[in-house]
Amino acid sequence: MQKIQLSILAAFVLLTAACRKGDPIVPPVVTPVDTAAINGYLGFYLLNEGNMGSNKSTLDYYDYTTGKYNENIYATVNPNVVKELGDVGNDIRIYGGKLYAVINVSNKVEVMDALTSKRIGQVNIPNCRYLAFANGKAYVSSYAGPVEIDPNAPIGFVAEVDTASLQITRKVIVGYQPEEMAVAGNKLYVANSGGYRVPDYDRTVSVIDLPTFKEIKKIDVAINLHHVKPDRHGDLYVTSRGDYYHVQPSLHVIDTKTDRVKKSFQLASSNLWIHNDTAFIYGTAFSYDTHSWKISYNMLDVNSETLLPGSFINDGTEKNIKMPYGVAVHPVTGDIFVTDARDYVSPGTLYCFDKKGKKKWSVTTGDIPAHIAFLPVP
Amino acid sequence: MKSYWKIRFTGACLLLAGSASAQQGIDSAKVRELKEVQITAPRPVREISPGQTLQGAALQQLGAQSVADAIRFFSGLQIKDYGGVGGLKTVDVRGMGTNHTAVFYDGIQLGNAQNGQIDLGKFSMENMQAVSLYNGQKSNTFQPAKDYSASAAIYLTPLRPEFKAGERFHMKGTVRSGSFSLFNPSLRYHRKLSERTTLSMSSEWVHAGGQYKFRYRKENGFDTTAMRKNGEVDALRLEASLHGRMPSGEWHTRLYYYGSERGLPGFVVNGVFGHIDRQWDRNFFWQGQLRKDLSRRYSVLFNAKYAKDFTRYLAPDTQLLRIDNRYRQQEAYVSLAQQFTIKNWWTAGLSADYQFNLLNASLKNFSYPRRHTVLGALSTSVTLPRFNAQAAMLATIMNESVKKNAASAPKREFTPSVVMAWQPFGKEDFRVRGFYKHIFRMPTFNDLYYTDIGNSRLDPEYTRQYDVGFTWNKARPGKILEAVFLETDAYYTEVTGKIVAVPTVSQFRWTMMNLGFVKVHGLDLRAGATLLAWERLRMGARMTYTFQQARDFTDPADSFYGHQIVYIPRHAGSLIASADYGDWGLNYSLLYTGERYNGKANIPRNYMQPWYTSDLSLRRALRTEKKDVALTAQVNNLFNQFYDVVLNYPMPGRNYKVTLSVQL
Repeated sequence: MQKIQLSILAAFVLLTAACRKGDPIVPPVVTPVDTAAINGYLGFYLLNEGNMGSNKSTLDYYDYTTGKYNENIYATVNPNVVKELGDVGNDIRIYGGKLYAVINVSNKVEVMDALTSKRIGQVNIPNCRYLAFANGKAYVSSYAGPVEIDPNAPIGFVAEVDTASLQITRKVIVGYQPEEMAVAGNKLYVANSGGYRVPDYDRTVSVIDLPTFKEIKKIDVAINLHHVKPDRHGDLYVTSRGDYYHVQPSLHVIDTKTDRVKKSFQLASSNLWIHNDTAFIYGTAFSYDTHSWKISYNMLDVNSETLLPGSFINDGTEKNIKMPYGVAVHPVTGDIFVTDARDYVSPGTLYCFDKKGKKKWSVTTGDIPAHIAFLPVP
Repeated sequence: MKSYWKIRFTGACLLLAGSASAQQGIDSAKVRELKEVQITAPRPVREISPGQTLQGAALQQLGAQSVADAIRFFSGLQIKDYGGVGGLKTVDVRGMGTNHTAVFYDGIQLGNAQNGQIDLGKFSMENMQAVSLYNGQKSNTFQPAKDYSASAAIYLTPLRPEFKAGERFHMKGTVRSGSFSLFNPSLRYHRKLSERTTLSMSSEWVHAGGQYKFRYRKENGFDTTAMRKNGEVDALRLEASLHGRMPSGEWHTRLYYYGSERGLPGFVVNGVFGHIDRQWDRNFFWQGQLRKDLSRRYSVLFNAKYAKDFTRYLAPDTQLLRIDNRYRQQEAYVSLAQQFTIKNWWTAGLSADYQFNLLNASLKNFSYPRRHTVLGALSTSVTLPRFNAQAAMLATIMNESVKKNAASAPKREFTPSVVMAWQPFGKEDFRVRGFYKHIFRMPTFNDLYYTDIGNSRLDPEYTRQYDVGFTWNKARPGKILEAVFLETDAYYTEVTGKIVAVPTVSQFRWTMMNLGFVKVHGLDLRAGATLLAWERLRMGARMTYTFQQARDFTDPADSFYGHQIVYIPRHAGSLIASADYGDWGLNYSLLYTGERYNGKANIPRNYMQPWYTSDLSLRRALRTEKKDVALTAQVNNLFNQFYDVVLNYPMPGRNYKVTLSVQL
C-alpha cells in the first residue's frame, strides 16, 4: 500500500515536472504587409512603450526591402542583454548611423547600430524622456534633476551626450519635468510639463544656447507642455496637455526669431508630425469631470498657420482606432502611420494610410506602439 | 499514550474531513472526542453545502506561516503573491477577481473599503484553528446578511480556549527562524476565568530581513542572479478575546491590533533591480458576537464591530514622482440575525446589517467618501432526510456622500441564491450538491474616488455562479484504508460589468470603467485518504486539481477576445502527503500552477512558465505530563525553482525554517 502511494506521488511529481518547458527568447513575429518598395528608406523602427512595470518595451521593424513587419526584434538580436530592452520606451531616433531609444523606467538611452539594431552601449540617465541631436551631440531631457525649490518634485535637466564616446559632456537645468526638445539654429527648445507638481504645472519652454549650454530664456506658453516640433520656416509647434479637468489641450506656435508665441490653437493635439508644410495632428481630449473623451484627426498648414479642412483618415478606419498614440509620415511617399495603443495592456495596431487618407495596411505591434524612426538608405 | 493516539486519530480525521464536511459524522469516536473539548452551544442547523476546510493537525503539519501559505492548498483559487515574507498576498477564487472574495475573521468580515483586498499574508497561522473556503456562501440560515454578500468567502477561525476537566490555563510559546533572517516569536495564553468564561491572549512579532536570491534567465540568452532587497518587514500582532457561555447561548468579544512597517521591493525590470518604497500599516478592530436561543423556535445572533485602519505609502525616490500618501479608514458594523424554526425540518432566517465606512486620504483634491450600507437577508432552509436546500434573497442599499467632487449614485440591489444537497442513495457518504448565486461587488473607494483615476459613475460588478458537484466520503474504522474522500464540482460563472482600469490620454493617466465580461468554466477536484499502515504508522494524502477556463468576452474587436484572462492557469493542483510515526511527523506538500499569461493576449510574449514547488517538513514531538515540546524543520521550494507569480516580482528559491514550540 505504502509502495503504491509512493509511486503515485513520484508519478505526480514527474508529471508536473515534465510540464516546465525551456524558457526561450520569444522570436520576432514576421508579417508580410506590403510589397517591397524602397523610396529612400530601408525601413522604420517602431518603439513600443509597454505598460510601466511590465518590462515590455519592445522594438519592431518594418522592412521596406521585403515589405515585412518584424514585431519584437530586440531580444533576438541582443539575447544577452539582461531583461531585454526594458521598461517604458519613450522616444526613438536615428542619428549618424546609430539608433537611440530612450527607455524611461530603465533609466537609460539604449544605443544600437541603426542597420542591425545590435546593441552598441547605453547612456545611463535617470528618468530620461526625449532625444534631440545637433553637431554630433545627442540631447536627452530628464525629469531627475536636483530637488531644489519643491521637495516633492525635482527640477529637470538636459544632458549633452557625445555620440562618438557615448559620454555625458554637459548638463543644463531647465524647467520641471521636461519633455520633448527641438533644435533651431544654435538654440535648443525644451518643453517643460511640471507633471509632478499637479496642479502647479510648469508652463514654459526653456531656450538653451547650445554653444554655452546655458538656459537663456523661458517662454511662457501654457500649462503641461509636451511635444515640440519644428517646421521648415523657423517656427516651433508646441502642444499643451491641459489639466484633464477644466483646461483643454491646445497647440501653440513659437517664432524662433523672436522666441515668442505668435499663434495659439484651441485644438486637442496629443501629438503631431510635420511633413513638408502640413502638420498631421491627432488629439485625445479627456475630462475627469465627464469621464468621456473625444478623438480628433486634424491637419494644419504650417506656412499659412491655418487649420485645413477635414481629417487625414478618410475611409472610416478611425472608428477602429481606440486610442491613437503615435503619428508619423514617410518623408518621401507621404504615407501616414498612426498607432493605436488600444487598452495599453495588450498588443496595439499600426495603421498605414496613403497620403489621401485611405488605409493601405495594418499590423499588430507590441504593447503601446508609440514612437517611429525612419531609417534612410545610407 | 492511549489518549495521545486518540488525539492523533482525531487529527487524521480532521485532515480527511478536509473539505468533506466535518459534520457528516465520519466516525462516532471523532464526534465523541470533539464533544469532550467543545464548549459551544449546539447549532440548530448545519450547513447544507460544506466548504473546504483545513484545521487542527492538518494545518499544523503544513507549517504555514500565514493564511496565504495554507489556503494555496484549496482547489479553485489562485494566490496572487508578490513574493517574500512581507509581499502582498491576495486570493482570486474561481477567476472572478480578488475583490469578490470576502474574508471573515472569527465570524465577522474584515473590511477594506479602500481597495477591497485583504492581504492574507498579514494573517498569522499561529493563532488559527481553521481556515475554510466557501464558494458562493456559507449555507447556514442562521448568519448575518453579510455572509450572503460575496461571491466566495474565506472564514478564518482563531483558536478558542478549550480546557479539560481540572485545567486552568494553557500557555504556548513558539519561535520560528530561518531564511530571510526570519525571527518570529509568539506567545499564547489561555485562561479559564470561570466555569463559563475563558480568556485568550495572543501576541506575535515577525521580523524578516527579507533578502533572497532570485534568478532570471533565457535559453541561449541572459542569465542573471541577484539579491531581492528592500523586502524587510516588522510586524506586531496583539490579540485578546473573551469567550463565554450562558444558558442556551454563547458570546465572545475580541480586540485585534496589527502594526507593521515594511519595504516594498517592487518590480524587477531592465536597469531597475530594486526600489526604496515603504509602507506602514496599523489595523485595529474590536468585535463581539452574542448568540442566544430565545425559545425552542427562535434564536438571535448579534454581531458588532468597529475597525480603524491606517496605511502610509512612501515612495521617496527623488528622481521619480515622490509620493507620501496616508490613508485612514474607519468601519462600524452592527448585525442582527434571527432564526425561526417553523417545523423541525423547516427554518427561516431574517438578518439585518448596517455598515458605515469612511476613508480619508492625504491626496490632492480627494473626495473624502462616506458609505452607508444596509443589508437585509431573508432565507429559508429545509432539511429532509435525503434532501436539504436553502434559498436566500439579499437586499443591499448603499448610499454615499463626499466632501468634494461627485458622490456615486445610491445603489439598490436584490440578489438571490439557492443551495441544494441531495443524497440519491439515501446514504450519508454520497451527496450531490449544487448552487446558484447572483451577487455583486460594490466598486471600492479607490475605484470611485482615487484622485485622477476614480470614476464615481461606476456600477457594481456582478457575478452569476452555477455549480454542481458531488461529495463522497467513506470512513472504514479499523481497516488499513481508514478513510477516503472524493469531491468534485463543475461550475460556470459569468462576471459582467467587470471594473477595469482603462487608459485616458497617456499611460500615466487611467480611469476605471465597467467594461469587462468574463466567462469561467471550471472544475474542482479534491481527493484524499488516510492509511493506518501499522499501529504506529499513519499516512495521509490529500490532493486537489483545478481546471479553469476563464475567458475574456468583452469586445469581439479585441485581439484577445476569447483568450484566457491574466494570471489564471488552466491547470493547477496541490498535493499534501503526511506520515506520522510515533512522535515523528513527516509532511510533503506540492503546489503546481500551470502555464498562464501575464497579459490579456495569449501570445508567446506574455507566456509564463508553469511552476511547482515542493515543501518538506519533519516534526518531532516530545510530550511529558507537564509540557509538550515540538520541533519542526522545514525546507520550502526544495528544488530551488525560480518563478514569478506576478510578472517581475520574483519569488524566493529554496529556503529553510525551524520552529520550536513549548506548550504548558
